[in-house]
Amino acid sequence: MPRRLSILIAEDGAADRMLLAAIVRQQGHHVVTAANGAEAVELFERERPQLVLMDALMPVMDGFEAAQQIKQLAGNELVPIIFLTSLTENEALVRCLEAGGDDFIAKPYNPIILEAKIQAMNRLRRLQATVLEQRDLIGRRNQQLLDEQRAAKAIFDKVAHAGCLNAPNIRYRQSPRALFNGDLLLAAQAPAGRMFVLLGDFTGHGLPAAIGAMPLAETFYGMTAKGYSSNQILRDINAKLKLILPVEMFCCATFLDINLEQGILRVWNGGLPDGYLLKTVNGARLPLRSRHLPLGVREATSFDDTFETLPLALGDRLLLLSDGLLESCNADDQLFGEQRLLAVLESNSDPATLFDDIQEALHAFHGQILDDLSLVEVSMIAEPGAVAPHLLHVYPLGSRELRPRDWSTCFELRPGSLRSADPLPMAMQLLLQISPLRYRVGTIFTVLTELYANAVEHGVLLLDSSIKSDAEGFASYYRERQRRLDALSEGFVSIEFTVKSEGANGSLRIAVRDSGPGFDVQCALNQQYCSESLGGRGLRMIRQLSERFYWEPDGKVLNVEFHWSGHA
Amino acid sequence: MAEHLDTSVLVTLQEVMEAEYPVLLDTFLVDSEERLRLLQAACRSGEAESLRQAAHSFKGSCSNMGAALLAELCREMEESARRDQLDEAPVLIERIEREFAIVRILYRAERQRWGGPG
Repeated sequence: MPRRLSILIAEDGAADRMLLAAIVRQQGHHVVTAANGAEAVELFERERPQLVLMDALMPVMDGFEAAQQIKQLAGNELVPIIFLTSLTENEALVRCLEAGGDDFIAKPYNPIILEAKIQAMNRLRRLQATVLEQRDLIGRRNQQLLDEQRAAKAIFDKVAHAGCLNAPNIRYRQSPRALFNGDLLLAAQAPAGRMFVLLGDFTGHGLPAAIGAMPLAETFYGMTAKGYSSNQILRDINAKLKLILPVEMFCCATFLDINLEQGILRVWNGGLPDGYLLKTVNGARLPLRSRHLPLGVREATSFDDTFETLPLALGDRLLLLSDGLLESCNADDQLFGEQRLLAVLESNSDPATLFDDIQEALHAFHGQILDDLSLVEVSMIAEPGAVAPHLLHVYPLGSRELRPRDWSTCFELRPGSLRSADPLPMAMQLLLQISPLRYRVGTIFTVLTELYANAVEHGVLLLDSSIKSDAEGFASYYRERQRRLDALSEGFVSIEFTVKSEGANGSLRIAVRDSGPGFDVQCALNQQYCSESLGGRGLRMIRQLSERFYWEPDGKVLNVEFHWSGHA
Repeated sequence: MAEHLDTSVLVTLQEVMEAEYPVLLDTFLVDSEERLRLLQAACRSGEAESLRQAAHSFKGSCSNMGAALLAELCREMEESARRDQLDEAPVLIERIEREFAIVRILYRAERQRWGGPG
């Protein structure tokens, strides 16, 4: 659509200039005129016209020079320059183009053609202006997005790093970019001397993937601190992700439930590449295979939280990796792949260097440090006293008056609940109410867990822990445990808490009773004292950790006491 | 055969310039006298490039104003100068001068028809 423009006419012939100006004015445009190139440049600077009609040959400064200067002054904006010249000289035409001319018009001037060319140039000019506007808009929006991402990432880091990834037995390699690309690495000390480690890999990248990771991390840390079992934590995480993630998003994950005290590793892998348990005793390499769908896919009712159980000993190592590692490409578009990884594992002779060997192999393959993968090594090292469970999400009470306590409570679990319920988190919540004992709640929980496991497995299910003597026995013990639990129709375990305090002194007594045949506790204690067999150190530990450990003669009720004095 | 003055061009000029038409004619005549002087000077100096440019400019101006034959003569001069054949130049200059004299008379007549001093 014809629009009114401001046009500069540079032409040295007076009659021609007058004629051209008249033609252009008649078409409705605003005209300024110059008689030579220098005047043209000066006028351009002053008036900033939107289009220029430029005679090629002029005194003082010719059209080519003037055109170049004007184009420079215009910068990013498009100010079309139409040269006034004869069409018979190709050389001149080339010069016009090289000088920045956008079009030509010949003498004698044809008003119709002139207007058509002016309007065509005007469309180009407006297009360029639009492009510049949008470029600036895009630039601003992009900057906004980057700022938001940075903020989100800062929040995410706080949540994702609340755990114990700094524990001395964990080594990991994870870049910030991997983090924000959906890789998640969490580790927490659970009560009862266990450690939970979760490696997750969300579908997608950037903000959407990271957002899914936040509720997962919160659930993981929150429930671990409250003493929930790894099965329950996994179920809750799955349910939460299923609820909030869109259909096409999910989280491949490996969950490690590490109990070095008991020598038990429980592992759940849904969708990640094989992890590895490297046994120090015989150099065996046991793969931790994916046997489940990733988290956030199945409904709660059909979610399979079955863990695989493996024996764990001092000196063993666990290796986990995300598929960013296997699928990383080098400059020739080759995948690193599982074969190369296995080759590194094969050729490694000292487990202590395995983590570094893998990193070196990656570096050699790619020729550079990669940014987008996760590699974790957890080694089973003895930590005398150092691995005191630090309580997450437990806030210290203000100073309160010492008040007398005198209460007891008891609950009993029968087959239905023995199968499906876990009383320990609830017990944990109760124990946390006893403020003088808060600092020892981890220890108490460890003892309680052992008592409960003992009552269920040996009292009610009548399992024989001597089966757990090797890896195969381990697996079959836990399979049998599950089978008997599923088939259970009678029996019970009851837990009783009694708390008494007066002034600064007090005690907690825990009594665990089961419906089993009972056993000779002293005999078992003596036996366990001598043997180093897997899973046989429980009773000894109970005695070591408590102030008093005593039992009914028939062995059906075990009692432990924890005392405090002089603590506020 | 080119005309001294192309009347269709004159009509267009009248439409464009309207009341300014006589001013245009006057301006052209003054302008052209100057151009002719430049042409003669360039011819005398023997500088082919200046001659070519002067002839080129004059040609353009004439064509705008409908002086077709004059424009054609200027084109010939431009061509000669481009080929560096300056011996033909004086002859061509003379022909241009003669043609311009005719054209000037015709423009003055045109001017009078529009009312006003010739």
